[in-house]
Amino acid sequence: MNNEINIKTLIVKNPLKLDCGKTIKNYPIAYETYGSLNKKKDNAILIFHALTGDQFVSGVNPITNKDGWWSYAVGPNKSIDTNKYFVICSNVIGGCMGSYGPSHKDPNTQKNFGTNFPIITINDMVNAQNNLLDHFGIDKLFSVVGGSMGGMQVLQFVSNFPNKTKTAVPIACTSSHSAQNIALNELGRQAIAADNNWNQGDYVSKNTNPNKGLAVARMAAHITYLSKKGLQEKFGRKLQEREDLKFSFDADFQIESYLRYQGSIFVDRFDANSYLYITRAMDYFDLTRKFNGNLSNAFKGTKTKFFVISFTSDWLYPTQENKDIVIALNSIGADVGFAEIESDKGHDSFLLDVPDFLNVLKNFLEKSYVEN
Amino acid sequence: MKNDFKVIADLIEKNKRVLEVGCSDGTLMKFLKENKNINIRGLEISKTKVQKCIEKGLTVIEGNAEKDLKQFPDKSFDYVVLSQTLQAFLEPELVLNELLRVGKKAIVTIPNFGYWKVRLHLLLKGTMPITKTLPNEWHNTPNLHMCSIKDFVQFAKSRNFKIFKSLALNNQNISLINDVNLGIKNLFSDLGIFLIEK
Repeated sequence: MNNEINIKTLIVKNPLKLDCGKTIKNYPIAYETYGSLNKKKDNAILIFHALTGDQFVSGVNPITNKDGWWSYAVGPNKSIDTNKYFVICSNVIGGCMGSYGPSHKDPNTQKNFGTNFPIITINDMVNAQNNLLDHFGIDKLFSVVGGSMGGMQVLQFVSNFPNKTKTAVPIACTSSHSAQNIALNELGRQAIAADNNWNQGDYVSKNTNPNKGLAVARMAAHITYLSKKGLQEKFGRKLQEREDLKFSFDADFQIESYLRYQGSIFVDRFDANSYLYITRAMDYFDLTRKFNGNLSNAFKGTKTKFFVISFTSDWLYPTQENKDIVIALNSIGADVGFAEIESDKGHDSFLLDVPDFLNVLKNFLEKSYVEN
Repeated sequence: MKNDFKVIADLIEKNKRVLEVGCSDGTLMKFLKENKNINIRGLEISKTKVQKCIEKGLTVIEGNAEKDLKQFPDKSFDYVVLSQTLQAFLEPELVLNELLRVGKKAIVTIPNFGYWKVRLHLLLKGTMPITKTLPNEWHNTPNLHMCSIKDFVQFAKSRNFKIFKSLALNNQNISLINDVNLGIKNLFSDLGIFLIEK
């Protein structure tokens, strides 16, 4: 974590006034690019990552040495074809892969921010990333694409910059975090806070990590990314490397072992305070808030062509919440398409090998690009 | 392209805003977009057909016409097209009212149950008619509310819909329907095409 060696960073000089009222300046945004920007600078796609993602969307992540988090969708000849498009992806502020976040040092105290880092929002994340466009001299993106929290950023981006992208693809997301979404995030945050090593967010100075709390947060969240049917088919009541029940609290079942493993590898790559900050940003997300509860007004005047995608087995950001976005766009006559993809893989479907999804994403982008 | 699609396309002026309800694989949408510069949207319930539309680069919304038309504002399209689908709805009247609310005008086509081949099939064979426009058997047909050209005209009048144009299609032949020839057209046409307004 925080191995800065392979990380490209833009230091943003422009001050950014955050929703919480504080202002940040001279802050780093860590980013990665794939493919090349054409002469007309009209082939750029900005990808927004989800809660625990980072800028390494494709290829091999140099920090974890694993495939980038969206390798099924992004790469040469993939849905988001890096032979054709110039892909930019950056780590959100509040994150822990090089962008300004709680694991950075407070310039005033020279100590790690921890929970002294300002509270950030999806709006702040998007405004910070907008600086990358100026950095690359891009006036108008070809597309903004993202799933889950990435989809929320897509919606926020178009709302903030109605004509700065030709197309927008919000996937498996919502325009407003539901009570259930907030409840599940709070469960994760309380798991971290209950770990004594968390120490009110100041664990770096104690040279510890709230790994147990963070692992439990991840385990709980991981369940919400899968569907009941998917879990049942993959694990059922299968036992983990044993013939019979052990009559103990060991991980008798494969699902237990799987979740423990997911928790244990997560703590190696993710910062507990970042987890608090980013889940908070998601909970604060309500695009209608500044528009008297009217989502359509958030998109007034946009010429952006939208394509909204949801998944049948996603109960975290269900089809209806995605459809609400479509309805809001239709009511102002915006250009919007919508498809619900059949999949048993739950919310995680957008990250996995789901051919119907990968096909519609590829086709939508390709056909829209031809019209460029 | 199917003959009825040509007739529908001829009813729509260039550069208009059109919604096709039940747009299937997007064949008509693609034609209108490419040949008449129509700003076209589709609503389609079948996932595989939605994928086909996206392959063609068309803007399509996956949804159910009986529930999902209400999201479109009043008169937000110049034309709303409903091609051979009216008979498959649970509540065709509700859908027709929605078409005429969302569109300034609506183009509705219906497979004609009054067609002589349909009548003869039932009369002679005594089984549910199967024709080119009604290809399914009684147990697997999606059609719930079949009507004839005469039924549709009478219904439109009873609901005070304005019928701008009524066309009858019999194979390659297109002809106008009027009050005088309604009975004949109802017998000799397999498809009715209506341009209506409320």
